Amino acid sequence: MPVMFGYIPLGMAFGVLFQDLGYPWYFAPLMGVIVFAGAAQFMAVGLLSAQAGLTEVAISTFLLNSRHMFFGLSLLKRYTARGLKKFYLIFVLTDETYSLITSTDTPADVDSVSYYMAITAFNQIYWVIGCALGAGLGAWLVFDTSGMDFALTALFVVLVIEQWKKVGEPWPFVLALISAVLALVLFRQHMLVTSIALSMIVLAYQAYRAGLRHE
Amino acid sequence: MSDLHYLLAVILVMALMTFLTRVLPFVAFRNNKDHHLLDYLGRYMPPVIMTILVVYSLQGVDISIPPYGVREFIAVLLTALVHWLWSNALLSIFSGTALYVFLVQSGLLL
Repeated sequence: MPVMFGYIPLGMAFGVLFQDLGYPWYFAPLMGVIVFAGAAQFMAVGLLSAQAGLTEVAISTFLLNSRHMFFGLSLLKRYTARGLKKFYLIFVLTDETYSLITSTDTPADVDSVSYYMAITAFNQIYWVIGCALGAGLGAWLVFDTSGMDFALTALFVVLVIEQWKKVGEPWPFVLALISAVLALVLFRQHMLVTSIALSMIVLAYQAYRAGLRHE
Repeated sequence: MSDLHYLLAVILVMALMTFLTRVLPFVAFRNNKDHHLLDYLGRYMPPVIMTILVVYSLQGVDISIPPYGVREFIAVLLTALVHWLWSNALLSIFSGTALYVFLVQSGLLL
């Protein structure tokens, strides 16, 4: 599963940026364990350096990660596990895990919950190792990190291409682009929530019309 | 509040909010798994959100002043192209980021 190795260099990029803030290195892997959200952790570097208030941290984390809700929606039927296993699967659900689970088929000789558990656990282990390596290296070596935050954009671009290959229809991407640009022009400060809300309204309307056709 | 307490508080708040976004659909729709609207959103929201996140992560780029976002554009294009051809996330992210770091630090295209 070569896709997973994306997590180590990305985790390292986070670790290096995190180390630049001047906190002890072991907080980077700690975040990898209990937060485990690539995009939010990169955002946290910005928030921490701005000494942002806890309310702001809470709201922006929630908005940025609200996409998880829609991953959860489409995994409701797949995650049939119970108890602790289910808790773990939900606790560490990420973009990468989601795209792996929805774009690959469970091998015939394994039951699906074990397969999901394996994917999820390996993803997290790679990520935590990456965070630790990056922060450790960043503490030893001093180098210019400017431009490295592009790793986050690159991750999103990769995920868009994955979705493009899976969905096979251009209109959701066009809708998202229009919403994003509109939101940037209208409410720059609340770009994320505005653009997501705009797209959702259009999608809900589309779903409503499709539903009428079915009846 | 000391610096480390602040950092710990931020980490805990983030962990809690992140978990909330992950657990909400599973709690809210325990007994209602076959809703048409949910199926529809579950299918189309991920591509929409990914696309929005690309724009979101680039919103600090000012396209009205030189170099007019050209560096970001080129790096995004390379990342997308590499991923389109080889579907290897590591390779795509690494090549795009390496090119961007090079463009920024070399001062090329300024």
